[in-house]
Amino acid sequence: MIDVTSPTFWPQLIQVLLEGTWETLYMVGIAMVITTIVGLPLGIVLVGTERGRFLEAPFGSRRLGQAINAVLGFVVNLGRSVPFIVLMIALIPFTRLLLGSFIGTGPAIVPLTIVAIPFFVRVVEIAVREVDPGLFEAAESLGASRWLLVRRVLLPQATPAILLGAATTVTSIINFSAMVGVVGGGGLGNVALTYGMQRYSWLHIVGVVIILFVLVQLIQWAFTLLAKRAGIEPAKRRRVAAAETGVEPVKA
Amino acid sequence: MISIEHVSRRFGDGPDAVVALDDVSIQVARGQIFGVVGQSGAGKSTLLRTVNALERPDSGRVVVDGVEVTALTGQALRTERHRIGMVFQHFNLVGNRTVAQNVELALEATGTAKKDRRPKALEMLDLVGLAHKADDKPAQLSGGQRQRVGIARALASGPDVLLSDEATSALDPETTRQILDLIQRLSRELGLTVLLITHEMDVVKRICDAAALMEDGRVIEQGTLEQLITTPHSRVAAELFPVGEAHGIPGHRIVDVTYAGLSADRPVIAQLSRDFGLDVSILGAALETIGGVQAGRTRLAIPGDETTSRRVIDRLGDHGVTAWEVDPATTGTIATSASASTSASTSTTKAEVPA
Repeated sequence: MIDVTSPTFWPQLIQVLLEGTWETLYMVGIAMVITTIVGLPLGIVLVGTERGRFLEAPFGSRRLGQAINAVLGFVVNLGRSVPFIVLMIALIPFTRLLLGSFIGTGPAIVPLTIVAIPFFVRVVEIAVREVDPGLFEAAESLGASRWLLVRRVLLPQATPAILLGAATTVTSIINFSAMVGVVGGGGLGNVALTYGMQRYSWLHIVGVVIILFVLVQLIQWAFTLLAKRAGIEPAKRRRVAAAETGVEPVKA
Repeated sequence: MISIEHVSRRFGDGPDAVVALDDVSIQVARGQIFGVVGQSGAGKSTLLRTVNALERPDSGRVVVDGVEVTALTGQALRTERHRIGMVFQHFNLVGNRTVAQNVELALEATGTAKKDRRPKALEMLDLVGLAHKADDKPAQLSGGQRQRVGIARALASGPDVLLSDEATSALDPETTRQILDLIQRLSRELGLTVLLITHEMDVVKRICDAAALMEDGRVIEQGTLEQLITTPHSRVAAELFPVGEAHGIPGHRIVDVTYAGLSADRPVIAQLSRDFGLDVSILGAALETIGGVQAGRTRLAIPGDETTSRRVIDRLGDHGVTAWEVDPATTGTIATSASASTSASTSTTKAEVPA
């Protein structure tokens, strides 16, 4: 049972929460970095290899494009359809092979990353799909290479949507990270499990909930801000709409 | 300069297949501004895209300045595209990059050194009168300004050919005129050959030297404007000179008289009345400046039979004026006429009021 009057209780609570927060941030941060590095190119390739898109025939082979597209689409759907708890357990041999151990906060990053990549690939896919096809055509008409097209047209245009989707991705990684206690991973989820559930300390649960809430809010706010910086501001969107109809925008 | 030879293209297979281009051949001379007109769905857009290989024809070939574009792939095609600029109806500017960066993309594509890109981009923007907007985002510009950026981008690689895909169709009439004048000026200054597609006859009237009419994937007629306006029953000419429907008048023959340049000043019709003692009535008339030349068409009702009208037509021919008899039943109009474009621009003007 908990004893709030104990002189060691509050310092201990704070220390446990801080440690849990750090572990969560560590797991989620590294998982997100790897997810971005892997998921971003995969998402672009997934859309690009579609029929009629800029990568439909990589190295001049349409077959290769079709094959890449089919395999990627399959893997992404597979990854997204397996429940995280099952995936985590199924990945234990893989994690052990990769890191020599499957227990602990470090190894827990592996299943977190594996579950986040398909999610993020879909995020990138949707963002890339929304880029005006006319822009690809324009870049092509300029004789731009695919790499230039991706770097100077696709990424600048898709970045705001990717950033907003990344916020959702991070949030779901945080969500999944609460479950890694099962494989000995740390973090706030584990705090809630070991202190809140097993020792009946509702104060720990409240602490965990508050921290997670603030964390998610901060992440959402930061990514939304970044997305706005990277993209068209709402006020200017209206001008775009106005100019599409040939009406001159009113100078502010 | 641009030679499109027996190009065909179909989309889809079997009975659902749509024939976008059906054995189309078009010749565009160096320095010419050539307009392809027709309704949407006529295949104009597909045709234009075969010139820079954004679209591949199923058969036929496209040759630009001696280079067979239809045979190119990979890097060779990309290099050739640097010599063929293209502007689009919806401008297709990268919204999240500045105006200068949009132009710099074209320079990066040609492999221009990094330090030279911005000065060159500013130079191109200056050419279209937008150097002061270099660091704005496209969303901060008006439609006409955006098309100017599109033109600057298309011309940054120093092409010999400019393709225009309905470049003014999203613009109001005044802006349309400015953009057309800009294209004309640049084509003269830079020696550009321009191939443009449009559904607005006004565009042809204002800047084109030659035109082709497309319908259902086929070229119905083509030639220089001077040839077209003096070709009997030319539908392009009928659109250029809206003299109205030909209604039959009992006991009369209907004759269309077309004159261009010098002959426009001569009082040929008055002379006709005197020479033959005929009471000629004028059913309709249109006077237009086409390709910078004053040209006109008058529809006359001439009392008498076929012999009379033949004599009249021959006499007009002696004066250097082209004339032919019109069968009241055969005069039709192209649906995408000047009047259609006027109504479209009217709605644009209305939309301007609440802004």
